[in-house]
Amino acid sequence: MKRLAKWRLISLFAILALVLSGCGQPYLSALRPAGEVADIQYDLMKLSTYIMVGVIIVVLIIFVLVFFRFRRKDDKIPKQVEGSHSLEIIWTVIPILLLLILAVPTVAATFKLADVKEMDKKNSNALVINVRSHLYWWDFEYPKQKIVTSQDLVVPTNEKVYFNLKSMDVKHSFWIPAVGGKLDTNTDNVNKFWLKFDDKRANEAGNLFYGKCAELCGPSHALMDFKVKAISRDKFDAWVSAMQNVKKPQKAQTDLAAQGQDIFNKSCIGCHAVTPENKMPDTARVAPNLTNFGDRSRIAGILDHNKKELKNWLKNPETYKPGNEMSGKYEKLTEDQLNALAEYLMGLKVQD
Amino acid sequence: MSTYAQKKGFGATIWDYLTTVDHKKIAILYLMAGGLFFIMGGLEAVFIRIQLAVPNNDFVSAGAFNEIITMHGTTMIFLAAMPLLFAFMNAVMPLQIGARDVAFPFVNALGFWLFFFGGIFLNLSWFLGGAPDAGWTSYASLAVHSKGHGIDFYVLGLQISGLGTLIGGINFLVTIINMRAPGMTYMRMPLFTWTTFVASAMILFAFPPLTVGLTLMMFDRLFGANFFEVAMGGNTIIWEHLFWIFGHPEVYILILPAFGIFSEIFSTFSRKRLFGYSSMVFATVLIGFLGFMVWAHHMFTTGLGPVANAIFAVATMAIGVPTGIKIFNWLFTMWGGSVKFTTPMYYAFAFIPSFVMGGVTGVMVATAAADYQYHDTYFVVAHFHYVIVGGVVLALLAGTHYWWPKMFGTMLNETLGKITFWLFFIGFHLTFFIQHFLGLWGMPRRVFTYLPGQGLNAGNLISSIGAAFMSVAVLILLFNIIMTQVKNVKVGNDPWEDGRTLEWSIPSPPPFYNFKQLPLVRGLDAYWLEKMAGKKGLTPAEPIGDIHMPNSSFIPFMISLGLFIAAFGAMYHVDDKPWALPVLIIGLVITFGSMLVRSVKDDHGFHIHKEELVQEEKGAKA
Repeated sequence: MKRLAKWRLISLFAILALVLSGCGQPYLSALRPAGEVADIQYDLMKLSTYIMVGVIIVVLIIFVLVFFRFRRKDDKIPKQVEGSHSLEIIWTVIPILLLLILAVPTVAATFKLADVKEMDKKNSNALVINVRSHLYWWDFEYPKQKIVTSQDLVVPTNEKVYFNLKSMDVKHSFWIPAVGGKLDTNTDNVNKFWLKFDDKRANEAGNLFYGKCAELCGPSHALMDFKVKAISRDKFDAWVSAMQNVKKPQKAQTDLAAQGQDIFNKSCIGCHAVTPENKMPDTARVAPNLTNFGDRSRIAGILDHNKKELKNWLKNPETYKPGNEMSGKYEKLTEDQLNALAEYLMGLKVQD
Repeated sequence: MSTYAQKKGFGATIWDYLTTVDHKKIAILYLMAGGLFFIMGGLEAVFIRIQLAVPNNDFVSAGAFNEIITMHGTTMIFLAAMPLLFAFMNAVMPLQIGARDVAFPFVNALGFWLFFFGGIFLNLSWFLGGAPDAGWTSYASLAVHSKGHGIDFYVLGLQISGLGTLIGGINFLVTIINMRAPGMTYMRMPLFTWTTFVASAMILFAFPPLTVGLTLMMFDRLFGANFFEVAMGGNTIIWEHLFWIFGHPEVYILILPAFGIFSEIFSTFSRKRLFGYSSMVFATVLIGFLGFMVWAHHMFTTGLGPVANAIFAVATMAIGVPTGIKIFNWLFTMWGGSVKFTTPMYYAFAFIPSFVMGGVTGVMVATAAADYQYHDTYFVVAHFHYVIVGGVVLALLAGTHYWWPKMFGTMLNETLGKITFWLFFIGFHLTFFIQHFLGLWGMPRRVFTYLPGQGLNAGNLISSIGAAFMSVAVLILLFNIIMTQVKNVKVGNDPWEDGRTLEWSIPSPPPFYNFKQLPLVRGLDAYWLEKMAGKKGLTPAEPIGDIHMPNSSFIPFMISLGLFIAAFGAMYHVDDKPWALPVLIIGLVITFGSMLVRSVKDDHGFHIHKEELVQEEKGAKA
């Protein structure tokens, strides 16, 4: 009996320690909400947790009492009780009431989070982004701004951003934990929802949120990360016009980069675009758009953003993202070619 | 094992089991096969936890990891949990209602062999080019996209074993409806029989949607159909619906018998009748009914829209009510009782807080808008392991200790049993509690690795350590089983001394005809009532007479083997292998030929004569 009590105490402390040890990373955790959607969801989590902890406490009290009071001490036969109508009514009605308390805000929130009327209105000013998921990378199209980017989503803070989600191959799921729950990118239809990025809390998270694919999609499902740059509306507008200004592929700045550009134009440009216009339909955009590759935060969504990792990736993408669609699509590159390509790609910047 | 079996040689014993139609032997077959698959699924779980113990681990490759998680889920649900529950249903339910066997002993054997060959077929994928890798849910876009034969193994293997489950369920239904002993009314049936009844009814309605889904998938992958090919006008969401219309009731098919096992244990070791028996029955039926109304809560993020999500959210929450009723009824069964903490009772007692945890997180994930955060993360992984391990697996372990003497006539060692319990219980919470937080901290499920610097390292390591505890617990249980069977100390009718239901009124293990004379049931907890009235056993409802018994048959094995062979032919037909079509035909000929033989050859069974029964009784007394 003492042993059991001790274990309970230890596990209680363990739970407490966990709670105190923090709620995860501000750029990744659903417990550090950084936007209206995540706030609503966090509030629901808290409400349901409070109710449920209450239920657990009631159960545990009876549980502990039973444990201490009704252990077998002698060979007496206890009274055979059939039941108790009043008790049974109590533990039927109270849970129903508790669930109603939870159900009302749940239904309200469910409708609120699905409200995308604004994006379908004519002449709406709302920012709409078309997300297209591919095997292990993400394509982001800004239809009104007429630009396309990939892997690093750029969004303005403090306003609703609307998303059209669809997959181009198998089902994926679009999730930015710190900013809001996920929505699947189906192969069959376009799903729509909105998110809002809070300026202050985005700052605290370093203006860079982590996004994840949340639906099993193949070997590299775990590596299908993307990043979200949440910046103020002014900076966002500046970024958009910088992107729009790239009308044709940027000229390489150095000799080495020029060599890289030659290689790129021979081997890579068939799949990868380096201009941001959305002339092609989404089905034709088969590989990430690299217009602002030099500005991005990760290589292939996962590796550190430097030349060494870029060369590693180009040398053998299969090592880093098994099952990706890039491996084997181009001839083996020499060390010189890798250097040149890395130099060129890292120079693809639209902003300083 | 009956006294007959022990006198036989090894080969004869094997043959006996290959041809048996006795529900008690089929129960042992289910227990062994389910146990084997449980260990395989457990090994897969250990590989998962080793791979995830540290970030960027390369213990297994990304592709292999997906095969392992797929097989872990599929094996544990279809090939371990279900058959192990079937083992107890087979072993105990006919005894609890005072029957000499199930309604269709032949079909019972057929059900087992179909399940077994389906399971073997599925697991052979490891050696034949790779296991299925689209998750146990096998969502259509990924499954159709998957290369190799992995998904074909999944589709055909589950189709064959699912057939076995379906006919097993029908058999139990017919048995409970028709074969109750005199006086055993519905409202006198033990809770385990009731939950078997409701779970069987759920099998009857839940498995056909799975069969349909698997058939469509089979046509897509093997015969060039386009049910799930969007470009050709197909639709992948249909698969999600079909799968979950089966998949959600499946959860209750697993948990209701688990509830039944615990109900028996609580009442037995508290020496009290089940508190609120009729509301327990009502809650069981209600859960069974509501279980079919909530499948879309697995699809909250699929984009069904706020109306569907809101309706399914509220419906799902509603299930919390009957489940809560059950929890309180169990607590009040113990309240005022005389509670003896045996190994089965350890499990039952620990089940309450563990399952309540799984239940409350169930209500949390039912909260649709918040579920957009939980869905497909480790929070959900934690939730369903709390339900399935904290509910079903604890029940299976409890049931193993509780009914072992009835099935084998020997008692598992109590000290080892309690050590197993503590290791398993601690390991279970260590593994899964932290996973709630991992999910909320941003870890999606089914990831083969995670990167450092995301705050996920410590939590994953703790979880992996917990898995080690559970593994050791299972090893000790195996050791316990082997030691017990080697020592082979036989026990009497009612080894726990507090037995309440009919199975404890007859020898352990029971004779192959179970009841010499069918018992007369005079109320709930029939055996307990007689004991309290100062009697040793049940009053017979009939004079000693001839007992009609079915003959053993090898045909169930052959019918199942034929489908197993045919499945290889169907699968390799896609690769244009010249031998594939003949193999398919040979397999089907074996199956349908065996069925034909069964149909045209009359098998009237045999009779145990009155004189033999009387003589045996005298022999036993001497």
